Amino acid sequence: MTLFLEQLLNGVQFGVMLFLLAAGLTLIFGIMGVINLAHGSIYMIGAYAGTWVAAETGSFWLGIPAGLAAAAFAGVVIEFLVVRRLYGRDHLDQVLATFGLILIFNQAITMLFGRQPLFVSMPALLDGSVELLPGLFYPVYRLAIIVVGLLVALGLYLLINKTRVGMLVRAGSTNREMVRALGVDVRLLYTLVFGLGALLAGLAGFMAGPILAVQVGMGEQILITTFVVVVIGGVGSIRGAFFASLILGIVDTSLRAYLPGLLRQIMVGPEADALGAGISSMGIYLLMAIVLLIRPKGLFIRNS
Amino acid sequence: MEKSLKRPALLAALLIALIALPTVADAAGFAALTSLATRVLIYGIAAASLNFVLGYGGMVSFGHAAFFGIGGYTVGILYQHYSLGEPLFGFIPGTNQMLITLPVAVVLSGIMAAIIGALSLRTGGVQFIMITLAFAQMLFFLFVSLKTYGGDDGLIIRRANELPWLNMRDKHTVYYVCLAIAVLFFAVLWRLVNSRFGNVIVGLRQSEKRMAAIGLPAYRYKLVAFIISGMGCGLAGALMANFLRFASPDMMHWTKSGELMIMVILGGVGTLFGPLIGAAVFIVLESVLASWTENWQLGLGLILLFVVLYTQGGVQALGARLVGRSA
Repeated sequence: MTLFLEQLLNGVQFGVMLFLLAAGLTLIFGIMGVINLAHGSIYMIGAYAGTWVAAETGSFWLGIPAGLAAAAFAGVVIEFLVVRRLYGRDHLDQVLATFGLILIFNQAITMLFGRQPLFVSMPALLDGSVELLPGLFYPVYRLAIIVVGLLVALGLYLLINKTRVGMLVRAGSTNREMVRALGVDVRLLYTLVFGLGALLAGLAGFMAGPILAVQVGMGEQILITTFVVVVIGGVGSIRGAFFASLILGIVDTSLRAYLPGLLRQIMVGPEADALGAGISSMGIYLLMAIVLLIRPKGLFIRNS
Repeated sequence: MEKSLKRPALLAALLIALIALPTVADAAGFAALTSLATRVLIYGIAAASLNFVLGYGGMVSFGHAAFFGIGGYTVGILYQHYSLGEPLFGFIPGTNQMLITLPVAVVLSGIMAAIIGALSLRTGGVQFIMITLAFAQMLFFLFVSLKTYGGDDGLIIRRANELPWLNMRDKHTVYYVCLAIAVLFFAVLWRLVNSRFGNVIVGLRQSEKRMAAIGLPAYRYKLVAFIISGMGCGLAGALMANFLRFASPDMMHWTKSGELMIMVILGGVGTLFGPLIGAAVFIVLESVLASWTENWQLGLGLILLFVVLYTQGGVQALGARLVGRSA
């Protein structure tokens, strides 16, 4: 039971990380109609900048503003130089231009930091475990990620539903042309949304630092999963992205935790482990395929 | 009149150049050029197949590497069972005869394309891009986890498949085999594109509603186009496995799908020979940049960005515009 709860928390933690990325991606998709493959690169930039500053200064806390600032800056620059030219182009152009960005960023990071992964140690405050239930010890750092993620989700909910900017964002994702026709400075709104998305991606990247290796290519791994989240949740829907992230995080984590064990009962050890790992990696894609076949526009978009 | 003669003449010249290439390359001391050209031909076939759905049909598939990989693994798995002498599933004997492995690869990738296409084509737009990507990733992870067939490390094919009366260990022979297959492939593709079927596919890209109004079943046409395209990629994958004597999950990694798309857009979307030109540009760029600097991906990324943002229609259109301007 404690093992199950631990896996559940791990799933939620992974889901929350996915949400931080998916929220930005789905907004960029929904409002600007741009498929941004470079979102994973922004995540990587946040991770590198934050981790590097934290390692140089020796203070984990200084890494946070550094990571966030670098990611947001990268996002605004990307929007200004490249993505701005892609509005209204077809998806193919968007995929390829942002694919080009991935190549550029990956190589630039390799040139700056080399191929060795960077590491950052956790601050003393967040190191260690806490006993949540009798017998259930859970790392404080992972709990902190969950809390931050849920706070961001709440903040986004308030931002989107209670403020004027949020109103424009909602209007923009429903009918872009109408918002423009009503005299809203759409370009500013676009830059703002893109920057916000980048900021969240950077936050996710920095928080991933102490538990995953900060290395080139970290962005692509999580990017594809994030796209799965966005598509399952429904393009443009933050609420959809939130629930899809949690579902996917939990499904992925539990498959990885339990499938090899189940397979080992019918197969030889090492082969079962390999096959289990393979099938667990397939799990989320299978889930997406099933969801799309039943609801072609995603779970949280009403079919019109 | 002048224009109608120009194209066949250009193609004949290209064909003669390609036939002469290994001899010229050896004489000039660039023996590596033959291998480079073989890769261009193989990727040209794959990219042209992708272009059939992407450029003509407007279906942006981000998962065509799956079919490329299935073609490669068909050759690899059949070879492994041939060399170990134990039949696949206990009753399918392995083989190293190209006359068998290529058709099998084409048929298997066609079947896989039928399954993936039938499911994916129910969606459209972004969802279509993502679901094709998802299926390709599923296959990627499946092959990564199959330890029997090399898993992560891939499958080494010790000798290229045999063809009767030919010495397939000779690099030149492999090149000519690929060239012959490529010529056949492009001839078939040319017939297909200019057929009624090809016109319907282009029509579907322009307006699915209009085609439906004429009374054409859009879904079925798209599915057949998707299957044909998958078969072409499978053929290319089978050739690639023969050329590299290696099949690995990397063949179906999503970046490979991306590379195929890059070739299509570099050469020019929706043109018959554009993807071949694109494949040539991509492979030559990759090797030239890689020989200059370790950081070749940076250059490639910048070029890709430039092509997408500033040229409409890829290298071919750029060339045509430059020629048009100087004339």
